[in-house]
Amino acid sequence: MSLTPQDVSRLARLARLALDAPHAEHMLAQLNGFFDTVGQMNAVDTTGVEPLAHPTAVFAEVALRLRDDVASEPNQREANQRSAPAVERGLFLVPKVIE
Amino acid sequence: MSTTHDLHHWGVAELAAQLAAGHVSSTEATQHLLSRARSHADLGAYLALNEDASLSQAHAADARRATGERSPLLGVPLAHKDIFVTRDFPTTAGSNMLAGYQSPFDATVVSKLATAGMVTLGKLNCDEFAMGSGNDNSAFGPAHNPWDRSRIPGGSSGGSAAAVAARLVPAATGTDTGGSIRQPASLTGITGIKPTYGRCSRYGMVAFASSLDQAGPMARSALDCALLLSAMAGPDLDRDSTSLDRPAEDFSSLIANYSIGSSGGCLKSLNNLQGLRIGLPQEFFGDGCAPGVQAAVRAALAEFEKLGATLVDISLPRTELSIPVYYIIAPAEASSNLSRFDGVKFGHRAAQYTDLADMYQKSRSEGFGPEVQKRIMIGTYVLSHGYYDAYYIKAQQIRRLIAQDFQQAFTQCDVIAGPVSPTVAWKIGEKSDDPVANYLADIYTLSTSLAGLPGMSIPAGFGEHGMPVGLQLIGNYFQEAQLLGAAHQFQCATDWHTRAPQGF
Repeated sequence: MSLTPQDVSRLARLARLALDAPHAEHMLAQLNGFFDTVGQMNAVDTTGVEPLAHPTAVFAEVALRLRDDVASEPNQREANQRSAPAVERGLFLVPKVIE
Repeated sequence: MSTTHDLHHWGVAELAAQLAAGHVSSTEATQHLLSRARSHADLGAYLALNEDASLSQAHAADARRATGERSPLLGVPLAHKDIFVTRDFPTTAGSNMLAGYQSPFDATVVSKLATAGMVTLGKLNCDEFAMGSGNDNSAFGPAHNPWDRSRIPGGSSGGSAAAVAARLVPAATGTDTGGSIRQPASLTGITGIKPTYGRCSRYGMVAFASSLDQAGPMARSALDCALLLSAMAGPDLDRDSTSLDRPAEDFSSLIANYSIGSSGGCLKSLNNLQGLRIGLPQEFFGDGCAPGVQAAVRAALAEFEKLGATLVDISLPRTELSIPVYYIIAPAEASSNLSRFDGVKFGHRAAQYTDLADMYQKSRSEGFGPEVQKRIMIGTYVLSHGYYDAYYIKAQQIRRLIAQDFQQAFTQCDVIAGPVSPTVAWKIGEKSDDPVANYLADIYTLSTSLAGLPGMSIPAGFGEHGMPVGLQLIGNYFQEAQLLGAAHQFQCATDWHTRAPQGF
């Protein structure tokens, strides 16, 4: 299997990355090299094998927990916004979304 | 105090004993280690210091001791991998994306160690978002191996390894996703342990691959790691959904059951490991492993035999498959985790953009380095419609088979041993153009991470170019005490872990 330049630009769009032409070309070569090396997975018979998400589930059942839906954190808007790129009157600023 | 000028040679247990005896104060130790951090800035180990914050923590520890408090880590300095968020220090994860980021809270691991009375000296260099095996993929420059500055210290916890090996700090935190504690520990001649997945809270660890990421201590000895892990581990049920509901154990007392004297020293007796079966996977001892590394590992195993352990041949037949499986799963989870970096609430935002989508794209392309972008692209692909089953689900299925292989192996042995890395530390820049060679460097550590098992690296001598070699010990789930105990016995009988690089 080989990816095409169109695949790379589609993936970049999905991943919200802007790749200029030389970067896109380099990325294409790297991705194709990568997917060549992962091809060996296809030879493994995994019929009926449950995917393993939480690794220790092999050892003992892992229950996913839910906690009560209550606010546990104090309000610290100022501290939370200290590293924001653009803030005004306690709100995050972004470019206009709806024309 | 006549001894304070070389207190940097003391490990955690020894410094704790000196603090308890009143021979040195936490403030003195902190000042001394801060001055070493400054004078060895060229190692590239630290990314941030905040001397006022460190000294005020040290004063607080001294004050706690003055009121009679005697917790074992009180006043002992450590430094954190810059992947743990901290209120008193900036957090970058080695990325321009987070340059200057100030967290409003401390990671659970950071606050647990602070509660134990430890003093934070600073934040340590790492590969960008922990993606790398050499710490040469940090946006803020490489960290250097103190045994040979032209070589990498390993990664991704390379700053942690370099700082501990260079005696800049007695201990550091690290994180291990595919080997990022064990491999740098091995390449710098220190001791590090990745506990069972879920032992330490991931809350406040900048996420790379959530089903693999696990925090652990890096220090000079198994005893020191045991002291730290006892304070780091434990359930964090409301804040980390994968944190396991298992109480923290007092690992240092557990390994004391083996042999430690009152001062943390060793009772000399042979046969302490009588009955321990050490499994040697044939796949870890093949042609891919450098002769000098093999020789050091074999010699260490012979030492274990002298201590009473039995060596058993085992097989982990899917070791080679752990490379594609890991490099599918980790980027898939990374592409999802890193989608939060959009230049809105925190992190880098491009200066010029036309609209919201353009702002996202430019901010992300400017903020992330090439390796991170590549992994995001791979992850996006394997999670996309039409490829999800063929790659991501397939990898998760093989992951289960890999984990089952370990359970099969543990019917024949108690711990598994082998090399950590197929080579000693390589030259900075040597592999940067060869991604496949970089991936192969992780072959002995990835399967343990995929299975979520505890694994550690202990110094086992020196290989090619006189560089350190680590022995990897892998235990079954929750058998950290057994691993640390076996490592402690080895360290009672050998002195590899006490060797310091020249000039430090």
